[in-house]
Amino acid sequence: MNWHAVRAIYLFEMARTKRTLLQSVLAPVITTTLYFVVFGSAIGARIPEVEGVSYGAFIVPGLIMLNLLTQSVSNASFGIFFPKFSRTIYEILSAPVSHFEIVLSFVGAAATKAVILSVIILATATLFVPLRIEHPVWMIGFLLLTAVSFSLLGFILGIWADNFEKLQLVPLLIITPLTFLGGSFYSIDMLPAAWRTVSLFNPVVYLVSGFRWSFYGSGDVPVGVSLAMTLLFLTVFVALATWMLRTGYRLKP
Amino acid sequence: MDSIISISALSKTYASGFTALKGVDLDIRRGEIFALLGPNGAGKTTLISVVCGLVNATAGSVRVDGNDIVRDYRAARAQIGLVPQELTTEAFETVWNTVCFSRGLFGKPPDPAYLERLLKALSLWSRKDSRMLTLSGGMKRRVLIAKALSHEPKVLFLDEPTAGVDVELRRDMWQLVRRLRDEGVTVILTTHYIEEAEEMADRIGVIAKGELILVEDKAVLMDKLGGKQLTLQLVVPITEIPPALDRYGLTLGKGGSTLVYRYETGRNGESGDSAIAGLLQDLAGAGIACADLHTTQRSLEDIFVSLVNEPALAGENGSEARAAAEGAR
Repeated sequence: MNWHAVRAIYLFEMARTKRTLLQSVLAPVITTTLYFVVFGSAIGARIPEVEGVSYGAFIVPGLIMLNLLTQSVSNASFGIFFPKFSRTIYEILSAPVSHFEIVLSFVGAAATKAVILSVIILATATLFVPLRIEHPVWMIGFLLLTAVSFSLLGFILGIWADNFEKLQLVPLLIITPLTFLGGSFYSIDMLPAAWRTVSLFNPVVYLVSGFRWSFYGSGDVPVGVSLAMTLLFLTVFVALATWMLRTGYRLKP
Repeated sequence: MDSIISISALSKTYASGFTALKGVDLDIRRGEIFALLGPNGAGKTTLISVVCGLVNATAGSVRVDGNDIVRDYRAARAQIGLVPQELTTEAFETVWNTVCFSRGLFGKPPDPAYLERLLKALSLWSRKDSRMLTLSGGMKRRVLIAKALSHEPKVLFLDEPTAGVDVELRRDMWQLVRRLRDEGVTVILTTHYIEEAEEMADRIGVIAKGELILVEDKAVLMDKLGGKQLTLQLVVPITEIPPALDRYGLTLGKGGSTLVYRYETGRNGESGDSAIAGLLQDLAGAGIACADLHTTQRSLEDIFVSLVNEPALAGENGSEARAAAEGAR
């Protein structure tokens, strides 16, 4: 293992976050606070309890998941896309680093940022609603697994995208809608039966459900299914990223 | 021969169908400065990119100090520093951070003392806390060199190092390259400035249309293909060359006011130079008086232009040079 390289790339990526602290950290926190004010207090006050918890508390796991997914994808995709765009990637490609080390450092940095943000949002949430976490170990497990899986997806996206438009397009057209429709703001039991079935094809449902289970002990699907699906995403994305690096897809002509 | 880089039968065809390299064989000797000359699009950058791991080869193999660049890529790449042609930099990073990053990337533990010496040698020390985007083009070029040298490589690739660089920096860079060579670093530079190759290189390779058409010691190349010409300024113009002078193969120029004598200098310059004495005597004998005379040597540039532009000549000289190179091995 070339640990010096892993450390160099990881710290380099983290330094970029530090430089753009306002945009990277403050923006998601403000957005989330707005969600709490609007959904939690203004509208939530008129909504009865969902699955035994107040609506404000009910949306917390979903909101964190929404941020975790979008941040993982955008951090990781930008992290690899930018050196590709500015052509500084030549240095990484010519360095004595393995594919695993490249993925570990880029995905590790992106996932770290996303997890830190999630913790900040969780802390912010406690200011608005009473929270309880029934299965903290599972909660941390889901948090880390999802952060890593979707940072991998972001990494894949960053390699695939050959312009800024494509880089924005996937999060905007696919990730965000799937997250909103994935039960972040409602339980899929509230949907008509037909839509409930459709929802089961949305991968985000499993992530949000498992995460919410670790908070309140109940989810839309059994927690084992959530875990299995999360691991499935991880496996698929690892395989895809490995293939891309091995063949040099859009990196090496 | 102790070669640090062995390239054999290297071919590259891009997805577009363009063949950039056609079975290139090349050995770079340890500790030399090798200049790869060629017009734009000849395959210089592709060749470097394959060796450095930026482009996958279609066929053939490359070994760096005995390590295959695919199988033993770690060992191979750890010895190489690459200065790319384009000024690609992380705009918002400081000089110091970006150089430290490069050293770490190549698997070396931090060594601030070495990096300080390096930045001082490149006149970058005073700018070490500057962000890259505040630097001039020349300064950025220096930073790229510092990055490439940050991990103390044994081989340094300079892809068009002096393209768009002012005279002072060019001199600085030449000096740096010589100093590196003295320290035992092998330097491979691509250029289309012949002057650069002529000034710096120990050996020269000429590449055109993806084929290495010539590899030769610079001195031998200049000797063998250089050739000289002697131009005689006549006091009285003549209309035809006296038959007594036939054996010299002279040509008349400028309306009969000059005589031009072309001759090859052998390795020690004996054949042509000694003939000049005879020519001057014979001229005097024929009653032709000279007002002035001067000799000129064909530069590498002339050789290069003739190699690249005259396929027949290139083929002939190329195979000759290749045979010579084989012999040297």
